[in-house]
Amino acid sequence: MNNNFFEVLRPGINTTFQDQGRFNLQHFGIAPSGCMDYKSFSVANAVLSNDKTEGVLEFAYQGPLLKLIKGQTKFAITGNVHFRIINSKNKTVTGECNRTYDLEEGEQVDILATNKTVYGYFAVEGGFSVSPFCNSVSTLSRANIGPNEGKKINVKNKIFFKKNRQEKNNYTINVSSGNNNLIKVLRGPQYDYFSDSSKKDFFSKNYKISNLTDRMGMRLEGTILKNVVSTNIRSEGIIKGSVQVPADGQPIILLNDHPTIGGYPKIANVISADYDLLIQNVPGTNLSFKCIELKEAESAYKFYSDNIKKTLKTKSIIK
Amino acid sequence: MFKKISNIGDCGIVCDFGDEVNRSINTEVIKLFHHIKKQSSDGNLSGVLNCTPSYNKLIINFDLNKTNTNKIFDFLKSTDFSKLNLSEDQKEWTIPICYDFEMDLENMSKVLKIDKEEIINIHLNTVFFIYMIGFVPGHPFMGDLDSKLFLNRLKTPRVKIPAGSVGMVEKFCNIYPYESPGGWNIIGKTPKKIFNNKDSTNPCLLSPGDTVKFKSISKKEFEKLNNE
Repeated sequence: MNNNFFEVLRPGINTTFQDQGRFNLQHFGIAPSGCMDYKSFSVANAVLSNDKTEGVLEFAYQGPLLKLIKGQTKFAITGNVHFRIINSKNKTVTGECNRTYDLEEGEQVDILATNKTVYGYFAVEGGFSVSPFCNSVSTLSRANIGPNEGKKINVKNKIFFKKNRQEKNNYTINVSSGNNNLIKVLRGPQYDYFSDSSKKDFFSKNYKISNLTDRMGMRLEGTILKNVVSTNIRSEGIIKGSVQVPADGQPIILLNDHPTIGGYPKIANVISADYDLLIQNVPGTNLSFKCIELKEAESAYKFYSDNIKKTLKTKSIIK
Repeated sequence: MFKKISNIGDCGIVCDFGDEVNRSINTEVIKLFHHIKKQSSDGNLSGVLNCTPSYNKLIINFDLNKTNTNKIFDFLKSTDFSKLNLSEDQKEWTIPICYDFEMDLENMSKVLKIDKEEIINIHLNTVFFIYMIGFVPGHPFMGDLDSKLFLNRLKTPRVKIPAGSVGMVEKFCNIYPYESPGGWNIIGKTPKKIFNNKDSTNPCLLSPGDTVKFKSISKKEFEKLNNE
């Protein structure tokens, strides 16, 4: 193993290693985890010509301050993120997202904040030197699973990467961004547990994202949803994007680090195509939900997935 | 055979086997679970990301780039349930338990009007079936306890229950894989590590469909096994 590494001078918020997620283990109680914003994750690896499953660092609201102690690398930051590069003479350069930069020994990357979004990504050419657990380097910090002993990145941690910079050119990818607070959903398995007026409320009123939101779930506040059948069901398997409603009537959208089984009725499920948009909405945002049918959700996914492919194809050399 | 199949979101299927929680319904769930695992690994079914059995349901989560709701529906409808078996690698476990680590036996004995020794005896003589594993990694839900021992959850859950603690609620018995909060009635503790986050090939000792019997050990034996 080579010995190239960053030192963490400031960890940022909820900074963890993530990749596409860890699958085929939910029957053991292991949630998929993985990157929250798949599009930004994909751009990060693509712009560096990494394997598309390579692990990256994900952060929320504020990223880490990293000092390159040994080696030379090329990195990229994706999402909608303010950051700067501090060279060894303390001169700073303001960074742009979705492009690569060379970084020399002694230089620092200061990931200041995400801009009206939640998640951002930091990746290096060739990837980080972390060992997979069950075929994935995603961190499930709640269960201490994954790299860094399953923990969030902390100050003074050393972050090793696999190889020194090899690519001479720098590249950029043209990413169209857009926030969206209208989220399309399908009716959930227990949709009929809710009163007619609550069904109407869910699709017409706004629901505000609460501060109690993390990689496990997004808690919403709004008009109480009345359950007319039962506020508990037999515990059943969970998939991400499920909108469950506990007895207090305030919905919770289950995200990548969700419990593997749960016993609350689910009024709706966020469609896969809108998931990246959903999770980038910051607490305090008012969301509204639109009910669509399965066929539309499948076409929306096709469009979403084609859009990522098209985006990745805009990769070009920076002259 | 399931009673109903439906989609959950655009990348999931719910196979519903009926409302009851009993071993025979759960066995059907687990048979289908084994079948899907096998068909996936044999390459006959593509795109399944996760397959999660619970008491009376199987939730299949799939990759929309590789398959869709209709394809999984077709696969399920063409499955001949009469030919499904529990896989041969179903295991029978003997798990050591030290009852000296109980927290609730006294109170349970009062509520149930059964001697502590008798509660322990019934527990030791039960062959438990693992209905499902989950909520947190490695956490088994096992049944069925004798109806004489049925109890509710604690009114006030404990903030901290040590890893390895064995609890009871209604007809179920569990083992806490991690130190965590919890509301089950704690009758003892096992030194056996049921979830290992360092073991990438076999992180979880138990599987849904396995059976478990408990074996009583002394505190001394507990300490010895715990240090291994």
